[in-house]
Amino acid sequence: MTVQAMIPRMTEICGPAGVVADPAELRTYECDGLTSHRAMPGLVVLPETAEQVAAVVTECARAGVPFVARGSGTGLSGGALPRTDGVLIVTSRMRRIIAIDPVSQRAIVEPGVTNLAVSNAARPYGYFYAPDPSSQVICSVGGNVAENSGGAHCLKHGFTVHHVTGLQIVTPAGELTWLGDGTGAAPGYDLVGAFTGSEGTLGIVTKIVVRLTRIPQAITTLLAAFETTGAGGAAVSAIIGAGILPAAIEMMDALAIEAAEAAVHCNYPAGAGAVLVVELDGPEADVRRDGAAVRALCQEAGCTEIRAADDPAERAAIWAGRKSAFAAVGRISQAYLVQDGVVPRTALGEVLDKIAALAQASGIRVANVFHAGDGNLHPLVLYNDATPGEEAAAEEVSGAILDLCIEHGGSITGEHGVGTDKSRYMPRMFTPEDLDTMQLLRCAFDPAGLCNPGKIFPTPRLCGEVPGPRRGVHPLVASGQAEQF
Amino acid sequence: MTPVTVPGALARACRAVRPAGPRDTVADVMPEWVAAPASLAEASALLAAATEHGLAVVPRGSGTAVGWGAPPTRCDLLIDTLRLDQVVEHEAGDLVARVQAGVTMAGLAGVLRSAGQQLALDVPPGNGSRGVSPTVGGVLATGAAGPRRLRYGTPRDLVIGITVVRADGTVAKSGGKVVKNVAGYDLGKLYTGSYGTLGLITEAVFRLHPLPAASVFVTAGYAGPDAAARAVAAAGGSDLAPTAIEIDRPGRDGLISVAVLLEGDPDGVAERAAGLRGVLGAGTAVADRPPPWWARLDTADRTVIRIAFWAAALPGVLAAVDSAGRAAGLDPAVGGSAAAGVLHAGLGRDAAPGAVADFLAGLRDGLAGLEPGSAGGAGPPARASAIVLTAPGPVRDRVDLWGPVPALSLMRAVKDQFDPGHLMAPGRLTGGI
Repeated sequence: MTVQAMIPRMTEICGPAGVVADPAELRTYECDGLTSHRAMPGLVVLPETAEQVAAVVTECARAGVPFVARGSGTGLSGGALPRTDGVLIVTSRMRRIIAIDPVSQRAIVEPGVTNLAVSNAARPYGYFYAPDPSSQVICSVGGNVAENSGGAHCLKHGFTVHHVTGLQIVTPAGELTWLGDGTGAAPGYDLVGAFTGSEGTLGIVTKIVVRLTRIPQAITTLLAAFETTGAGGAAVSAIIGAGILPAAIEMMDALAIEAAEAAVHCNYPAGAGAVLVVELDGPEADVRRDGAAVRALCQEAGCTEIRAADDPAERAAIWAGRKSAFAAVGRISQAYLVQDGVVPRTALGEVLDKIAALAQASGIRVANVFHAGDGNLHPLVLYNDATPGEEAAAEEVSGAILDLCIEHGGSITGEHGVGTDKSRYMPRMFTPEDLDTMQLLRCAFDPAGLCNPGKIFPTPRLCGEVPGPRRGVHPLVASGQAEQF
Repeated sequence: MTPVTVPGALARACRAVRPAGPRDTVADVMPEWVAAPASLAEASALLAAATEHGLAVVPRGSGTAVGWGAPPTRCDLLIDTLRLDQVVEHEAGDLVARVQAGVTMAGLAGVLRSAGQQLALDVPPGNGSRGVSPTVGGVLATGAAGPRRLRYGTPRDLVIGITVVRADGTVAKSGGKVVKNVAGYDLGKLYTGSYGTLGLITEAVFRLHPLPAASVFVTAGYAGPDAAARAVAAAGGSDLAPTAIEIDRPGRDGLISVAVLLEGDPDGVAERAAGLRGVLGAGTAVADRPPPWWARLDTADRTVIRIAFWAAALPGVLAAVDSAGRAAGLDPAVGGSAAAGVLHAGLGRDAAPGAVADFLAGLRDGLAGLEPGSAGGAGPPARASAIVLTAPGPVRDRVDLWGPVPALSLMRAVKDQFDPGHLMAPGRLTGGI
């Protein structure tokens, strides 16, 4: 069955306002936050209830039509890249906060609820929702579950997977079921943990039970300037080595500072080669003691200036520069690639030096903005798309940075996901046996391979087949259910 | 070609193979052979040989929890992981340790302590085998955790990478040695709490935490469940950053003790302890040592039932325990991580199997009837569970150890994919998995 032939039935399920088939309107959905990958969806549906999602997926399963889920579309790895021959299921109309249970420290929300809305709803009770991706104003909790989103504060507070205790999902066969019971200790396999971060390939989330975190007694934010990123990195190591676990440790290099300064006038210390933003939260005495220790350690590491912010307005001023960094880079470069790689914290200095060498050798500028506390690098690779060959050169530098991450025992993605963008890098990090074993999980949930096909894995596994040398075109590719890169 | 005998095939795969003895039983099931691989290569060869010969396999670490879960429907080969005993990597600056499955929690703690670090999991003292520390592989396979789960989570929250051998000998890993990593599916979560049914865990990478500068325990006693539940909720809802909130009630009519662990800056901990005395009310005591019942899980020859629930339901859960206990003529001891929504109910060997079965059925009915609370009917249909962690044989034979489980058909599908021959710890997990 073609996607167009499904329109009447989809309209029955989602109502006329819940189906988008007009080509001009479909264009809105042709990419997520990674705009370099685009595909016009065959059809877009906007269900309002879990039952509608189940009915939509049931139809797709019956017709053998692939489907892709999308939340707010802020993902940075093309995880929500639509299929031209498939249905895009958008959860943005499912945005009820169903319940807040402060004593149990839980909330139940629909997948289209924005990340920040959960914290806003919990705040009157003294709680917040800890994972805080920088897109938290618009990104959806359903998308966060798919990507196992982190954020600046996951150094101390953990990722989405640490804050989700129950999921209502629609399986790729169209069945509505609960994984976990909200307790965080449900009997049997931890399917909540396995599902979180599966990038939309195991089913579609329709309700989420999240853990709420008590708002800490005190928060303080320090801004320290250094002459070099190496000196800043030494301060990071010293802080961790002293047994201090800040809520966040962020670093920006000179080029990133320059961009942020141009964009938001964040008034970071002039001429700094690197700035560190260190945020501490917790009981007042601990924050006071750790704050003093962090100051001393930064000074020992040669910081040229240090500022502290204890009230929300001052804190916001410090964070403004960091949070604007990605967008700000647009002011100093027409085009840029955002990379997302991870290295062990102890390898930071060495890897930054190697990135600088790569930049110098290629003539491509790289601005570094990163979650230094957990070694999560976000190099911004700048290029001029009007200059022939420069985009390709930038791609090469960006890929070489990932190789550096792998060489140093790190990861090809810390928080943006594999999606469409990085599936080709997976074999550099994992063996064929590793990838084959992961796909057993896929086969358990989605034997037909219809649920967000073509993402994460470079070579789809036909469920039931024995791994080994492959001859000819993969059957999933031949049938158009999967793509190879 | 001479047919290869099973012992011959096992010996070829692994240097340490022996016939099983009476100490090797798994929930009263006697295996035929025991093999102790000393390397990943040996473990892989061993499982490949086992599959080749259709042998059912059960992994065992220190054996402190080998009796947990349902008895295996078959057990031909016991794989002893104690020779996989290397702390492969501890990079203190990264707060990460890579550890083979047979390393004991005590051994690992010793290595980490010298760097001022810890794997922040409580492990109950040995199961009647005093002084025996569980292995990290066993802790992962059972998903066991103690009081500090409130702050640090459970094994699934601290494992960041895992290496496993599938039933057919395939070696696979997921995750890695960096804390922040979303490349590929997170099989560490899937294997944690899988009771050996998906394969053999051979190595894991853990996120570590710094050891706290100071710890104090603030304890108070309450006459009834409602007063105790109010104290637990007040401590949990305070901004005093408790690391753990535990309760202990030796019997239905006894006092309920509530104890709160505070960790951090020494002066700050003292300050917060003073604040907590105000929250917990008159008669609170502050000590730098835990009360004797802290983190204790006495499983020797006892029936231990783990109850998980939404923390707000604590009064209802205690009422369900009491009402089921009265009806069955039993008076279980109850204790555990009240604020995290996990309690254990324990019954001695003198409890008649029929009465234990009645108690369990009554308890499950009571839990199913708990008020849904502020979520109304929109949340998960079941909001609490009672599973039997371990029980003497006669009790085990009378009860459904696992009870109802959400998404059982998906779990079966996972099992069928990872272990199509159902050779890995068959029958140990819920639903015959």
